[in-house]
Amino acid sequence: MKPTDVSKPDYFHKVVDCQWACPAHTDVPEYIRLIAQGRFSDAYMLNRESNVFPGILGRVCDRPCEPACRRGRVEDKPVAICRLKRVAADHRDDIRERLPRPPARTNGKKIALIGAGCASLTVANDLLPLGYEVTIFEALKDTGGLMRTNIPRFRLPPKVLDEEIGYILDMGAELKLNHRIDSLKALLDSGEFDAVFVGTGAPRGKELDLPGRQEADANVHIGIDWLESVAFEHIERIGEKVLIIGVGNTAMDCCRTSLRLGANDVKVMARKPRGFFKASDWELEDAEEENVEIVVNHSPKAFVLEDGKLVGMTFEVMEYKVDERGRIDRGTVVGETTLPCDDVILAIGQENAFPWIERDIGIEFNEWDCPVVDETTMMCTREGVFFGGDSAFGPKNIIWAVAHGHEAAISIHKYVSGEDLRDRLPHGMNLSTTKMGMHEWSYSNNYDPSERRLMPHVDLRERFKNIDIEVELGFTADQAIQEVERCLNCDIQTVFEAKLCIECDACIDICPVDCLTITANGPEDELRGRLSAPAENLEQALYVSEELPQTQRVMVKDEDLCVHCGLCAERCPTGAWDMQKSRLLIPYAADEAEPERRRARAG
Amino acid sequence: MSFIPKPKVTHPKLPRNALGLTERDYEGGVSTLCAGCGHDSITAALIQAVFELDIPPHMLGKMSGIGCSSKTPAYFVSQSHGFNSVHGRMPSVTTGANAANNELIYIGVSGDGDSLSIGMGQFAHVIRRNLNMCYIIENNGVYGLTKGQYSASADVGSKAKKGPANRQMPIDPVSTAIGLGATYIARGFSGDKKQLVPLIKGAIMHKGFALLDIISPCVTFNDHEGSTKSYAHTRQFYHHVIDADFIPPAEEIVADYEEGGAMPVELHDGSKIVFRKVDKHYDPTSRAAAFSFLRDSIRAGEIITGLLYIDEETGDMHDLSGSVDRPLAKIPYEELNPGRETLSKVMQRYR
Repeated sequence: MKPTDVSKPDYFHKVVDCQWACPAHTDVPEYIRLIAQGRFSDAYMLNRESNVFPGILGRVCDRPCEPACRRGRVEDKPVAICRLKRVAADHRDDIRERLPRPPARTNGKKIALIGAGCASLTVANDLLPLGYEVTIFEALKDTGGLMRTNIPRFRLPPKVLDEEIGYILDMGAELKLNHRIDSLKALLDSGEFDAVFVGTGAPRGKELDLPGRQEADANVHIGIDWLESVAFEHIERIGEKVLIIGVGNTAMDCCRTSLRLGANDVKVMARKPRGFFKASDWELEDAEEENVEIVVNHSPKAFVLEDGKLVGMTFEVMEYKVDERGRIDRGTVVGETTLPCDDVILAIGQENAFPWIERDIGIEFNEWDCPVVDETTMMCTREGVFFGGDSAFGPKNIIWAVAHGHEAAISIHKYVSGEDLRDRLPHGMNLSTTKMGMHEWSYSNNYDPSERRLMPHVDLRERFKNIDIEVELGFTADQAIQEVERCLNCDIQTVFEAKLCIECDACIDICPVDCLTITANGPEDELRGRLSAPAENLEQALYVSEELPQTQRVMVKDEDLCVHCGLCAERCPTGAWDMQKSRLLIPYAADEAEPERRRARAG
Repeated sequence: MSFIPKPKVTHPKLPRNALGLTERDYEGGVSTLCAGCGHDSITAALIQAVFELDIPPHMLGKMSGIGCSSKTPAYFVSQSHGFNSVHGRMPSVTTGANAANNELIYIGVSGDGDSLSIGMGQFAHVIRRNLNMCYIIENNGVYGLTKGQYSASADVGSKAKKGPANRQMPIDPVSTAIGLGATYIARGFSGDKKQLVPLIKGAIMHKGFALLDIISPCVTFNDHEGSTKSYAHTRQFYHHVIDADFIPPAEEIVADYEEGGAMPVELHDGSKIVFRKVDKHYDPTSRAAAFSFLRDSIRAGEIITGLLYIDEETGDMHDLSGSVDRPLAKIPYEELNPGRETLSKVMQRYR
């Protein structure tokens, strides 16, 4: 293999698996370190830089970082990254002084943002400090989009939403509530705006067209619409027996909301067996803790009515075969059953819908009736119109919407300034040693064997009294102190200087997880098999050194299981290994606007 | 040295031996030797060897004297027996231990000072007794613990850290052991575990005295230019004469050795050592050949490594003295002490 080129930011970035997995590339290890030092406001601000809504995301993020967390490879459970973010938000001081401020005079450029959800708000957050005049159009009576309408209050209190959305609006955004845009053509033709951003989400819940659907309409609800009505208090009751169709995260919110609106027998009906559910494991756990029954292998067949009223639903009982690669077949029907119910909530997915975008204004639509959007620039086929969040590429999640928002803000700035949208600043990386003295590092390098802390919940009898009672209490101080120490500091990189190595094997002997080898070079697949421990995770690159001076062999590090304890560097007599903190530099719109600012950050 | 102990976390797919233990179960305390010390690599090789031999930790006796080398037993197999003796007296203490309990496996770890200076007399006599033990000399040519004076194994012309060259002739433990009649004689290098681990395994399984002279560079006082025991010098003049593969009793020898180059020697327990000779004419069972070969190589400035001599015929101390097979430590007191009457009968014979 060729020596690893560590001058490219991607190599070390990929070692920080959580940050790599996060669409917005939140600097997880650093904010966890700041929490460990009790610097909650600093941890909050670091989060805010990349993910904009730390308090919200610390409660309801889809947490792509946690399955990626290296801790999950050396023991069962990853670090509770998401809930630690909430710790930063819960314990921060008033940070309003530290927020970017818009300049005294605007730059005169007007930007329209359609929808007041996370994507649009991120664009506003990035553009307002640069002097743009931003107008947000929202069809509903309040901001937040799906964060407010689809996530129940017992998971995400409105106060948290108001506070973090307020930070952005207070920078000077013009907010037009109850202002539905019915025609994009009219908005564009008005010539009022220099650029338009569409962040309208995927607002249409999927329909289940089965016999009896029309007749039972009064008691059959579309999940996301129903949640929205609950959020705005248009619906306050539901029947005692409720069936939820579908087993995604919306279904989990629907079943738990039902329990708070008078239901006492809630079943979530899944077509497939466990392991093939769309819902995140932790959301399933939370629902089952509330005694929601999850019924597997039941495929809906018909609504059953008596005297014109819904009384039950018929299901086909399914059986599936799973092949050796873990793929499931289409299943066979082995029986039929009817379950009684008062209400049915459909939570089987949602779709994009753009009835308000005319098809003759230069915006190309694809086969799924979605606009064709460039994944780098977030611009559609009509210049000056940008998309982000669920409206760009279909339903994803909040953190993806934030990532889109950042990219769209860069594009909008470049578009309005007449610059090439594709000529974007690349990611950068800073490396600086953490060596403080003999065997002394500026990070907590010892491995803490503690297990993942459990999130304390409000007592089961208490929590159903009111839909406003937030179930999760947040980590206590003691829990936070223990949980932060579980982080493996993957951003503290093991950096190797081949010419200093005397091949004494000290690093190899001390490494607790057998990730180092000095051996003859070879092709990658062959080399992976003959390391101290076979490197089986092909997703994680090998770190291969230049030839070593004495024997012309190479040092190979399998990054996969490294716990970043720094013992290789402590045992190295020549300083060939060093523990260096990597800091990923992600360009935002403000950096594009002022390259000087970027240089200052790079320090 | 390190301030944090080696974390208990392990590679999730760590292999287990016949006893269900992992290599990590054979570790000891964290080394307090200088970072990069050759001795620590030897410790790692020892851990690997006893792990692969499926030795139950409590069946091991770790013996040592005084010196950097003699700290080593603290760094492997914490769950075993051990004795840290007076300077240079480890052979006698091990003799006593072995006399009392011949069931244990004895690994003595010594250094060039502990064996070739203060302990030279003990070293000669333990060879003479052919005590069943693995005797490791961690040889770095320097007194590290007293800050870098030449040791008895320093080569003529080898430079000290401050410059002056050594003028006195060195004592070569390997040729000394050949001359004294040792029955398993090998030399290794701390920087080459691939060669070292089988040598240690053979030395442990050999019945009788097994000497392993291991070049183990001192990173602090003897790893500079001009030193003949540095990593760089050893690698430059390093010469594998013979590679030895250790084959446990149950395993078949897989014949992929070059014709004429391989030579299996069976040990007392049925395990085998297969020699892979770089020089086809070399005969590791001939003491005379080993001696003259070694003398020529010293003259040529080469550092000859590998298993240089083996003799599985000569009995160990217990065989030579005709003692009982059962370990004395396990014979009940009544049986071990025949009583006043028997004693007076014995005494009668000498009256």
